[in-house]
Amino acid sequence: MASMDTAPAAPAIPARRARRTPIFGSRRNLERALPWMVVIGIFLFWEVTVRVFSIPDFILPSPTAIWESYLRWQPAILDNAGQTLFTTVFGFAIAIVFGLALGVAIGSSTLVYNGLYPILIGFNAIPKVAVVPILIIWFGIGTVPAVITAFLISFFPIVVNVATGIATVEPELRDVLRALGAKSRDIVLKVGLPRAMPYFFASLKVAITVAFVGSILAETIGSNKGIGKLMVVASSRFDTPLVFAGLLVTAFMGVAMYVIANWFETRMTGWATRGMTQNQQAGM
Amino acid sequence: MAAFVELDRIALRYGGEESGTLALLDTTLNVKEGEFVAVVGPSGCGKSTLMKVVAGLWPQSAGTAIVAGREVSGPLSIVGMAFQAPTQLPWRNVIDNVMLPLEIVQPHRSQLRAKRAMYVQKAQDLLSLVGLKGFDTKFPWQLSGGMQQRAQICRALIHEPKLLMLDEPFGALDMFTREELWNVMQEVVMDRKPTVILVTHDLREAVYLADRVVVMSARPGRMIHERIVPFPRKRTLEDTYKPEFAEIVQDLRNHISMAREQAA
Repeated sequence: MASMDTAPAAPAIPARRARRTPIFGSRRNLERALPWMVVIGIFLFWEVTVRVFSIPDFILPSPTAIWESYLRWQPAILDNAGQTLFTTVFGFAIAIVFGLALGVAIGSSTLVYNGLYPILIGFNAIPKVAVVPILIIWFGIGTVPAVITAFLISFFPIVVNVATGIATVEPELRDVLRALGAKSRDIVLKVGLPRAMPYFFASLKVAITVAFVGSILAETIGSNKGIGKLMVVASSRFDTPLVFAGLLVTAFMGVAMYVIANWFETRMTGWATRGMTQNQQAGM
Repeated sequence: MAAFVELDRIALRYGGEESGTLALLDTTLNVKEGEFVAVVGPSGCGKSTLMKVVAGLWPQSAGTAIVAGREVSGPLSIVGMAFQAPTQLPWRNVIDNVMLPLEIVQPHRSQLRAKRAMYVQKAQDLLSLVGLKGFDTKFPWQLSGGMQQRAQICRALIHEPKLLMLDEPFGALDMFTREELWNVMQEVVMDRKPTVILVTHDLREAVYLADRVVVMSARPGRMIHERIVPFPRKRTLEDTYKPEFAEIVQDLRNHISMAREQAA
């Protein structure tokens, strides 16, 4: 009886699956392909628009013109991009160490929180453009102001996120440990820090992208190397395709660093994003 | 025999001297070693506050609290606690959650590294005692609410506390799971024989599990009634339908209703 009941149902399942996923095989593949399709779509639209309306290169260069410019200036672009990547990652690394330490301090002590938070807010409100000239006066034109600007602009989101993660530990969880005689150091190490990790990694993704803003900002105001400098020189020569090539290389580096941060995030805090991965296990 | 837990005319006020909320007033409670006492009362009567005083998490405003012959002046590591919320750490799997107290309480803390295999075995034994055998590498969010509470009971017991404090640990569970866990709890008590204080609003639960049930008044809470539960262990769920059982539950309920009327 049972086999007769299930027999007609069996072919219906593959048929439905085939209908739902025609091109990409599965929804996951579609999700993976989607960003690339959007990027390609934007560039196609851009290329077509520029050609149809015959927009001159020095106003809006077409993607192919930008690509040509990139190939022509490739050694210079890569050299300057390397400099920018270096200052950004260096400043970002300092921001991680400093931001994590300060975030733990602020998050685990109301005293430190009350003492430092207003100053932090005030400091973050200062436009970093205004700080760069001072840094140049202090450290001269070169790598140091770019590193410091990248650090200054990217440490704030890290501090705020880590502090939030630690400060919002559930009172019951704190009680469980306190009832065992745990010192506040134990509570921060066993509960606060692990709990703050998802916040920390989320902030890294913001911080790495604004770190690029910081170093390029410093390079545009005063430096002798870097993507920012390259774009200033190129725009003073009305070489708009080269400016755009610099922009796109920066965007590419930003995305690459984001992907790295994202990889670390999923590796280390998979428990926090379980909602997205659970669907795959739901079958059991 | 001297009481293991001795609360003498405890008062506790949250917040300021005048404006604060008076949660406990003249609360007196004695618990013998190895005794299982359930504390019941209308909601908001200060049951959980009482737990915090005994555990040393909140200092009382007046009165004395003595646990194991020593006045309570701060958290005691001889206490194991379980709460209504499962309070498991989501980044640790079940066995690492259960073993968390060992990373804090001495002398286990300094021995953990050297005797890890022994401690893991202990945790495994506890997990099988509460029916979680084979779930040690699962993460809390892969378990049902009832299973998380089982894991929490293991965590409360792993450092072999002399005093087990349960703050409505079964309150958030459905009826069937709850009754199942009553039996788990009874197994644990018969196996380990700790002193237990259980705070609950479920009168059947209190009578089923405890040797003695204490009724608290509405806020500010104090003890207004107590009943010894004479049924021998091991008790079964059928016992809860016997008239003697129903009579005790009924008596407790009347006292709580009276306490609520007086408060209103």
